[in-house]
Formats: sequence, C-alpha cells, structure tokens
Amino acid sequence: MNNEILMAFINENTNNSAVCSADQYDMLNVNIKADQLIDLVDVLKNKQGFIYLTDICAAHYPEKVGAEFEVIYHLHNLIENQRVRLKVALAESDINIPTLTVHFVGANWMERETFDFYGVNFVGHPDLRRILNMDDMDYHPLRKQYALEDETRTDKNDTFFGR
Amino acid sequence: MISTETIDGDIATQNLGPTHPATQGVFQNILKVDGERILSAEPTIGYIHRAFEKLAERRPYNQIATITDRLNYCSSPINNIGWHMTVEKLAGIEVPKRVDYMRVIVMELARIADHLVCNSVIGVDTGALTGFTYMFQEREKIYELYEEICGARLTTNLGRIGGFERDFNDIFHAKLNAFLKEFPVNFDEFDRLLTRNRIFMDRVIGAGPITAERAVEYSFSGPNLRAAGLDYDVRVMNPYSSYQDFDFSIPVGKDGDTYDRFVVRQEEIRQSLSIICQALDKMPSGDFHANVPEFYLPPKEEVYRSMESLIYHFKIVMGETTIPAGEVYYSVEGANGELGYYLVSDGGRTPYRLHFRRPCFIYYQAYPEMIVDSVLSDAILTMSSMNVIAGELDA
Amino acid sequence: MVKVVESPEGLEGQGFFATSLDKVIGLARANSIWPLPFATSCCGIEFMATMGANYDLARFGSERLSFTPRQTDLLMVMGTISKKMAPVLKQVYDQMAEPKWVLSVGACACSGGIFDTYSVLQGIDKVIPVDVYVPGCPPRPEQIIEGLMKIQELAKNESLRRRDTDEYAKMLESYNIEQAK
Repeated sequence: MNNEILMAFINENTNNSAVCSADQYDMLNVNIKADQLIDLVDVLKNKQGFIYLTDICAAHYPEKVGAEFEVIYHLHNLIENQRVRLKVALAESDINIPTLTVHFVGANWMERETFDFYGVNFVGHPDLRRILNMDDMDYHPLRKQYALEDETRTDKNDTFFGR
Repeated sequence: MISTETIDGDIATQNLGPTHPATQGVFQNILKVDGERILSAEPTIGYIHRAFEKLAERRPYNQIATITDRLNYCSSPINNIGWHMTVEKLAGIEVPKRVDYMRVIVMELARIADHLVCNSVIGVDTGALTGFTYMFQEREKIYELYEEICGARLTTNLGRIGGFERDFNDIFHAKLNAFLKEFPVNFDEFDRLLTRNRIFMDRVIGAGPITAERAVEYSFSGPNLRAAGLDYDVRVMNPYSSYQDFDFSIPVGKDGDTYDRFVVRQEEIRQSLSIICQALDKMPSGDFHANVPEFYLPPKEEVYRSMESLIYHFKIVMGETTIPAGEVYYSVEGANGELGYYLVSDGGRTPYRLHFRRPCFIYYQAYPEMIVDSVLSDAILTMSSMNVIAGELDA
Repeated sequence: MVKVVESPEGLEGQGFFATSLDKVIGLARANSIWPLPFATSCCGIEFMATMGANYDLARFGSERLSFTPRQTDLLMVMGTISKKMAPVLKQVYDQMAEPKWVLSVGACACSGGIFDTYSVLQGIDKVIPVDVYVPGCPPRPEQIIEGLMKIQELAKNESLRRRDTDEYAKMLESYNIEQAK
C-alpha cells in the first residue's frame, strides 16, 4: 500500500480534515486534531494493519502561538512495511490530548516521558507522573524557555563556556 | 540493597536496587512478595538521567556523536553510525559502497560485543562466573580492533558524517583475521558450557516469559521480540548501509523466556560473524568517505594551501555547518532493538529537536508483567536477560 | 613468580620482629583493600574489563568485591551520579565503616563530565569527601589501577589516629555527614 492509498484512507476516515503531506523521505506526515486521534489510530490499527507503535514524542515551537506544542506519533505496519507519522498540535493554554494506552500498552511510559519533559496532559492515562526527572521538580525542562544547565551551580564559570 | 521493610500479613515489601550487584545499571524495583512469589513490582527509573535530548539542542551536528556513544555504551559504534546516517539522510548525502561495508563490519563487531556482555551476565546470575571471565577476554580483542579505527575502547565516537576518518589499515586487517580465527573456537567453548547444560536449562527455561502478541503491544524490538516469536529486524525490514547484499538469517524463539533470549543472542553472534566474513570477502575498493567538504574535514595539506578548504575546515571545527531544514525519523537495528532518531532541523547549526527512540526504555515497561508470579531469583534472571542498559533506559 | 610486599624497617632477631604499629597496619590495609563498585554507567563497563583477566585488579588485593557497604573499605564511584542518585550515594557512604576511602573514577564522577545539565550532579565531592580522582571518559583500565595504587599509598602512610582528629571531624561536618562514634 503506498502513500496515496493511505492518504485517501485517512482522508475518508477524518472527513477530509486531516492535512497530509509526504515528507521528502517517503514517510507520510498527517496533521490531525486531538479529538480525531483515537478514532484514526483505531481504524489504522484494526483495518490497515498498523499494529506497532514505534514512538511518541513531542516538540515545542514557541513562535507558533496557539499551536506551541506538537505531539508526534510514529506507527508502523509490520506486514506491509509502511510507516506513518501523526502530528497533533496543541496550544499551551489547552494542552490536553487523549491517551493512546487504550490501543497500545507500550504508550504508557512514552506518554509519561512526554509529560515529564513538556507537560503534555494525557487525559485518561492510568498513572501520569514524572518518570525520568525527580518527582519534586516543578517545571518541565525540555521547554525552550528553560536553560540546559543548572543555574545554581557554582564551580563553572560561564564566561569560559561562551555563555 | 535488598531489605525487608514492612510485613503486612503474609505480604512483604522488598526493595530491589538502585544499587544492586545483579543489575546492569541503576534502576529500582519495589516488589510485593508473598513468601518467595512476587505479586507486583513497581519500577522507578531516572537515576542516571543525563538530559541527552536537551543537551543535543546545544551541540553542533558532529559533536552529538559523543552523546550518542553514551546511550547503549556496550555497543557504541552502532549508536554513532546510526546518528551519522540520520544526518546523511537529512542532508541528502550518498556514501560510497566501501563505507557501507566498513560500517557493516564495525556494527556487527559491536553487536557481538554487546551480546557477549548480556550472555555472560546471564551466566553470572545463575552462578557460572567462568564464562564471564573468558568472554571478556574476547571483548578485549574487539576493543583492540576499535582502537585501530578510532583510538578509543568503549565510547568510540567512531566515523564521521559521510564516512570514516581513516581507512582500515593493515594492522586492523591482521587483527581482524586473527579474531575471526580464534573467536569461534572460544565462543564454542562458552556455548558448550551453558547452552545444553542440564542445570542451566532447568534453571532458565520458563523464567520471565512473554507472548508475541503481548510483546508487540508493548512495542518490543530486537532480540527480546525475536525470542517471543516475531522476526522483526530493521536490517531486513528497512535495509540500510547495504545490508541487503548480505545473506544472513534471523533467529527466532518460541516462548519468549530467558532461555530463548539467551539462545537467540548466541545465534545472532554466529550470524554476525558470518556477515563480517562476507563483508571482508566482498569489500569493494574506493573512497572511505563521501565527497562532502561541508561536513567532512578536508585533508590538512589542502587546508594549508587552498582557500576553500581553509574555510570549510574552520566552519566544521567551529560547528557552523548547517543542515537543511526538515524532519526525519531514521532507525537502525541496535543490539537491543530498533534504535531510532527523530531529528527536526530548522536550518541552523544545532538540531531544533532530537529525540532518541530507545529500545530499552520501551521494553522495560513490560518487566512487572513478566515477573508476576515468579520467584525472586527468576526476576533477577529476567532483568539481566532483557539486557537493560541504564544509559539507554534513562538518556 | 609471586612478588611479596617488602616488610617495613624494624629490629629483627631470633623469633621476633619489632617495628611500629602504624607501619604494620598500613601494610595490611594497603594490600587488602576490598572495593565496593558503585558502577552506574560507562565507566562501570571499563571497571568490568579491569576486573577481567587482562588487567586483573585482584592481584592488588582487591579480590573480593562486595556490594554491601558494611564489608568494604573503598567506595569506587564509577559513572555519572545524577541528583536523584546523590542521596543513595550518601547513604551508601554513611553505611561504610571507618577506615574508608573514596575513589572517583571518570570525568562524570569527578566533575560532572560532559553533562553540564540540570539533572547531573557536578562532581561527587559535592556530597561526599573524595580521596583520589581518576580522570578520563572512560579512563583506561591502567588508569583505574593507578588510582587504586594511589589509594594504596594513602592507606599505607595514614596515621592510625587520623580518623579521630578534629580536622577530620570538621571536614565531615562540612559535608553534613554524621561521624559514627
């Protein structure tokens, strides 16, 4: 099944509201809204054979006001060897998205990591808490406004590091 | 530290880790045990979280190879070469065939090294320390091979964007031929020690099983998935670096228990040896790097003579080379499974977003389910047979 | 060919040997250091290679590795220590009995290494006192052995009363470590 057939199938199932584009490396990028996610993954998994969830991650684009956060899902059809990338844009004021653990058990920790780094709230997740950082951390470190270094460290002189 | 903290009726809470002799790194499990049977486990990870993804947003493209080293540090060349191939895909660089074959040899050596560690540690956890000592001698030979290519033993920072920094020299070929002659003999000895050993088999069969359907739902990949019964291997599914030219088979298990994982890794070591021999035999002649002066350092003689080479050298060393804007997901078959790189570039000198799809992190979520209803010693075995490397778990 | 350590200077006669207690105890301590390998990441794999047959740490007396702090003398911290792990490290150090030494192996343990990030402790000497630092990323097994040999020098020449002095107590207080009485 090539990208055109897949694009037609996705358009059919989302009432033509998804924005599809093939990236220049031959993976189909599909931009959808948060409420279309669960149904689309349902039909992709059960009718088109995308039974493998490769990865969930997120990215922060602070210049895109109203769509600052983007959650990216990579799915893989192991039988026909086809991959697809679903992207959901979320605004900072309403950073909620339904959880994918209803379809894939492996989404559990991937969503916890995304929450830990960006603060994306996965509605319906069984156990949404920090996974890699310390539990009492009060900010989401991978957002662009936060620095990489620990600001309170005293032994390194920033002028020598070009900062 | 295993300590019994509370006793509530017959159910005790035990703490396994984070510092523990049997774990390959630092992660903690809080177990609820009834006598010896485990009722539930709650894992805590993040004890070695080093913020690779945020660090990568600060570093220019050729400096990120040093970070990728430290992901799965038992087989760092695979991580390095995977990263270089990701950048090559985004920048549209085609490497010569010779580079592909050289990369295949190095990646298969790294895979052998990682599987040796995992299988020796399974032996150690069942009490057989001899295999560990002998197989670490073989790893020393692989370290010497890495030293000939790049100068380092463990965290190799091997290769460059576009190829390798130097061609394989005669010493490397001599050492590789000696390795290919001696290693199978020693490895067979290790195999005879454990694989059909009655005591080992009784101990290890049935420990920590998982079915193929459940493994796919958890997004397993690599030897753990193949031991459960599904033959998904990125080298065959999405061939990269000319893997389609080689003839090798994918070993597949049945029950997904510790014995299957052990035997699958043993067989993969043999398949890797066969791939290395094929690559050596068919190695094409040619350049050991692509002709991309914007990413690959020009030779020093030209830097002293030609103006463009001087400018390219300056830009590469200062980290001012830019990659075209775009996003790409690229994956290679790491020793633990599908190691993926999701790279978003905005046309600048550092990535805008880099995410590592780490196989250890994803399959370790299944650990509580795999050890429910087994005894504590089987839980330790399951953990070491899954080959959980803490660097890749926490990133 | 087994090389036996040289005996210290002393007065020798038929059936007796007189020397100072410091020297004998120093000799015994230096040549039987039992390490606790606190291996967290890549340096831990280099440590496993050091313990292997090629570089063999056991010939320096460190034959018995122990993972329980109560039975060890040397805390070898190998690998990155993150802020989440620091309390665990401190607890392990507290549980060890005097005399104890700390060897910090690798750039990450010495100063945070290449990870100048929000989650990594910039050097374990922020939480525990360190005796010898071994730089490298990862250090070669020969360097780890040299670090151990320097610890042996320290153990051999240490005065028996060092752990009872005021200066030592003040140093431990600066790390907020309770000295066991």
